[in-house]
Amino acid sequence: MSNRVFNWFGLISVALVLAAGNAQAQGYPTHPITVIVPFAAGGPTDVIARIVGENMGKTLGQQIIVENVAGAGGTTGITKGSQAQPDGYTIMMGHMGTHGAAPALYKNLKYKPTEDFEPIGLAAGTPIVIVARKDFPAKDMKEFAAYLKANGDKLNEGNAGVGSVSFTSCIMFNVLVGAKPTRVPYTGTGPVINDMLANKLDYACDQIVSVSSQVQSGNIKAYAIATETRSPALPNVPTSTEAGLPEFKVSAWNALFAPKGTPKDVVAKLNDALVKALSDEGTRKRLLDLGGVIPEGKERSAEWLRDFVVTEVDRWDKIIRAGGVVAE
Amino acid sequence: MEDLFANLSHGFAVAVSLENLFLCLIGVVIGTLVGILPGVGPIATIAMLLPLTFNFDPTGALIMLAGIYYGAQYGGSTTAILINIPGEATSVVTTIDGHQMARQGRAGVALGTAALVSFFAGTVATVVVAALGEPLTRVALLFGPAEYFALMVLGLAFAVVLAQGSLLKATAMILLGVLLSTVGSDLETGEERLTFGLAELADGIDFVVLAMGLFGFAEILRNLESPESRNVVKAKIGRLLPNWEDFRQSFMPMLRGTGLGAILGILPGNGAVLGPFASYAVEKKLAKDPSRFGKGAIEGVAGPEAANNAGAQTAFIPLLTMGIPPNAVMALMVGAMTIHGIIPGPQVMTKNPDLFWGMVASMWIGNAMLLVINMPLIGIWVRLLNVPYRLMFATILLFCAIGIYSVNNDPSDVLMTAFFGLAGYVFIKLGFEPAPLLLGFVLGRLMEEKLRQALILSRGDFATFIENPVSAFLLLLSLVVVVVAIVPAIRQKKEEALNS
Repeated sequence: MSNRVFNWFGLISVALVLAAGNAQAQGYPTHPITVIVPFAAGGPTDVIARIVGENMGKTLGQQIIVENVAGAGGTTGITKGSQAQPDGYTIMMGHMGTHGAAPALYKNLKYKPTEDFEPIGLAAGTPIVIVARKDFPAKDMKEFAAYLKANGDKLNEGNAGVGSVSFTSCIMFNVLVGAKPTRVPYTGTGPVINDMLANKLDYACDQIVSVSSQVQSGNIKAYAIATETRSPALPNVPTSTEAGLPEFKVSAWNALFAPKGTPKDVVAKLNDALVKALSDEGTRKRLLDLGGVIPEGKERSAEWLRDFVVTEVDRWDKIIRAGGVVAE
Repeated sequence: MEDLFANLSHGFAVAVSLENLFLCLIGVVIGTLVGILPGVGPIATIAMLLPLTFNFDPTGALIMLAGIYYGAQYGGSTTAILINIPGEATSVVTTIDGHQMARQGRAGVALGTAALVSFFAGTVATVVVAALGEPLTRVALLFGPAEYFALMVLGLAFAVVLAQGSLLKATAMILLGVLLSTVGSDLETGEERLTFGLAELADGIDFVVLAMGLFGFAEILRNLESPESRNVVKAKIGRLLPNWEDFRQSFMPMLRGTGLGAILGILPGNGAVLGPFASYAVEKKLAKDPSRFGKGAIEGVAGPEAANNAGAQTAFIPLLTMGIPPNAVMALMVGAMTIHGIIPGPQVMTKNPDLFWGMVASMWIGNAMLLVINMPLIGIWVRLLNVPYRLMFATILLFCAIGIYSVNNDPSDVLMTAFFGLAGYVFIKLGFEPAPLLLGFVLGRLMEEKLRQALILSRGDFATFIENPVSAFLLLLSLVVVVVAIVPAIRQKKEEALNS
């Protein structure tokens, strides 16, 4: 064999190696991507992951498969996701609980929201609404807050158990208005609404999607929605600012994260697909129908999410301390 | 009444469109298959198929998803009867007499009866959903934690009646089941209980894991011990259609089962699981010769199967009329509706009449389709029993393992099932029935939750259970049931003691 052929061989192999190195980003994704949703199928986070994932799959040219790994307020699934291969084929949908309140609630948490992830981007949030039984003796937020303060633990607040959105957001609400109710835990917000309709519970803090139809039909009362602007799903419910409680701003946000060490260009591709999904008319309509809030502009960047997680962890730590919650 | 007919005919007009008929058919076929594959439940299937329905119109999508759900109830009884594996909590009871019938060469009759009574119950339940949906939900809403706790106590009282052989052993199994249900995070504090530091147990034991282990794996182990003990089954496929005598015996149980199942199905918090148990207990009490139960009594199949299917259907009532999902599958349906821009709740009926009445009508159509599909298939299912053990057991184990894994995508679940399989084998050897354990497990979780909620609401005062008329009545009824079950047993013991 002549030298020249050898040279050619060498050149080609070098080229191939370079191409292969590049292909990681260029070719990504070559097979379906799994999104771990740390809650049961059918809940708000799951529904948002499926709606956004469907459109992202179209952009990426590969299907996005939702894997539900529920348990321990979502921390089981996120722990599993944080330990996955950082190759961009396993990502996860974290939320206000798993990447905000969890470090303060679970002392044995096996991941650090601020360190163990590559943020991809914010997906969509669902605002929190303060609801009460139909015949609750308070006509607006001011009277409601005063009544809560005056009646202390005579009142019953329902929530979906330690670590749930309704549990943590109500800690915040109770701290802000100085309420010390008897807290009744349930295994989901469905039964909470049920017992509120049956007049066994006085109030709850829940995601708009779970309560909007009951509020619209007058079966329960809503005192405020914890967002900057009113929601088209409940146009008559005042924002917390309008209702006189401007500090109460909380939304059950959901965001995509990749395990730490996932290549930058892969994360960029995923962020790009997410941003495209959030701009797609059909996807937006689905999310808005849910009562969801879609991030706009700079809120869609990975960097924004990174900073946001830091502030959320800090904020929830303070709130949960103030609420005096002792958890495992 | 006229309204009802007008509404139903509107619903049928929606449901018989070519597209919706087709989607309904796909739904029930997938559902039947899912029900027959042990372990793969409707929850996982509906979740996986959800994105596929994005492009359908919402009515068609929900018709298909609902079809999967009640189709799976049909299929679930097939595995319960043929291989003694309850795929769902609601088919646990069917294993007791259904599988005995199969062992006696009457698998065809058992499956045929199950299909026919399910169709009957489905038809009645469809009318109930259409006519009484709204008022019944209002009644169900009156069930707060205290009433619900009392209902669970009644369920456990039924479990004592359900027992065969030693009452003491059955009670021990129920209590063990309740104990197993307390494994996992504490509802109120989030503290881990009985987990021995194992992260896998932090969320408790999964129903599928326990049921597959105690019934499926243990059954295989037991059969391996005495090879080809089911020669009887192999020899005869048996008739498919019940004869006059079977029909006569099944008729009243079917009516009672339908009623019980339909009522319990409406209750929030998965009351539907109580239906088959309650029906079985009632039939056993009413029977002239209760000793036939557990040995292949057809009433023990007809009643619970009717209750099972009626409950599956009426479970849609709280969802459709109030937007409150009574169980995990219905919670998924909420997800499916919201994905399609429909927020479930009281206004669905007025805002989306096509969806509401179309779905109700499609339930009847779906049930008719299931009957048509399933009757000819029974022959094939029964013939499966002729597959040699060496092939069949390996296949069952494989499907069980896949099914269990698919629930949480967690390999440790498969290991845990193997553990419960061994435990189940030991139980069988020692003469302990697994069915009461499973019932204790299913009811125990709800019972603890409701007990604690009721006590938190009453600030720790136990009188809340007696002051409340509904719960007081249910508790009293439980007491009566237990006494009626225990007294003859004690008397029998005395007589035995005197005679010996």
